[in-house]
Amino acid sequence: MTRNVKITIILLLLIVAIVVAPLLFIKDSEFGGTDGKAEGAIEAINPDYEPWFESIIELPGGETESLLFCLQAGIGAGIFGFGFGYLVARKKYQKGE
Amino acid sequence: MKKNKRIFFSVILVFSLVFGSAEAASAMHIMEGFLPLNYCLIWGAVCIPFLILGVSSIRKIVERNRKTLLILVMVGAYAFVLSALKIPSVTGSSSHPTGTGLGAMLFGPTAMCVIGIIVLLFQAILLAHGGLTTLGANTFSMAIAGPFVAYGVYVVCNKLKAPKAVTVFLAASISNLFTYCVTAFQLALAHPAEVGGFRASFAEFLGIFAVTQVPLAIIEGLLAVVVIKGLEAYARPELTELRYFEGGAIR
Repeated sequence: MTRNVKITIILLLLIVAIVVAPLLFIKDSEFGGTDGKAEGAIEAINPDYEPWFESIIELPGGETESLLFCLQAGIGAGIFGFGFGYLVARKKYQKGE
Repeated sequence: MKKNKRIFFSVILVFSLVFGSAEAASAMHIMEGFLPLNYCLIWGAVCIPFLILGVSSIRKIVERNRKTLLILVMVGAYAFVLSALKIPSVTGSSSHPTGTGLGAMLFGPTAMCVIGIIVLLFQAILLAHGGLTTLGANTFSMAIAGPFVAYGVYVVCNKLKAPKAVTVFLAASISNLFTYCVTAFQLALAHPAEVGGFRASFAEFLGIFAVTQVPLAIIEGLLAVVVIKGLEAYARPELTELRYFEGGAIR
């Protein structure tokens, strides 16, 4: 393994650790979004405030929302992976010439 | 390959032209309807010049640095992925990274304004995340403030001759954190507390957004280092053209 590969693996493991740690140590939370929390704060600060515009799309529920978020991540990861694959292969076959 | 690139490019350009010229209404991670109309309009107006600069910056990249288009598409896709990932954080809430810092280092901050607004529009229209009325405010925080801070940190660190990995880490993570500080600022401005006014609200929203964001900022910084290491290894010609090794971005 080259040094760069080792560094990469260590960094990725570190990222996983940072993500997992809160899940292990904070038991009594559902990890809701900060935007939802901010909604609550606005209501507390300014009880009379009425949101004056609704999302133009009403998703039926969490499942559909997660579908779309997956789609977003999937499209992005696909394009990104395609690009990286192209670059790696290019380097590999250029060497052979 | 050339054809593929041309298709990618066309998609980006069409998006940027359509949305760059449209009247930007307000909007991103501030929830739909939660900014009063006047703030929506102001933030929208602030974004327009940046978007115009961004479109012309992308056009320049296309004309002069065609070779680097694949990398531009990749950093766009990177932002797309990262902003879809809601990650749990130490406060017991979840938030997501922005992914716009990396591209700002390579292509300059204005190009990322266009990429950022595409991500935001996708989320606002299809995911009911963020919103159309708050598009301007959200664009300002994620697609303008974040990238500019990333670029600033990147340039300063390069001047100081910091190691590349440290530079990239700092630029990506500080821009991530700053994005959400701006969001807190925008909300506080629009919703000052009855007692304590703007300051009390700002502290409140900072507590919600910024604290949650700290671990995510670290994650984004680490991930940016991983990606840049990969690009250094496999996309040397493109990075050279982007003047990455000289410590600048193309202009």
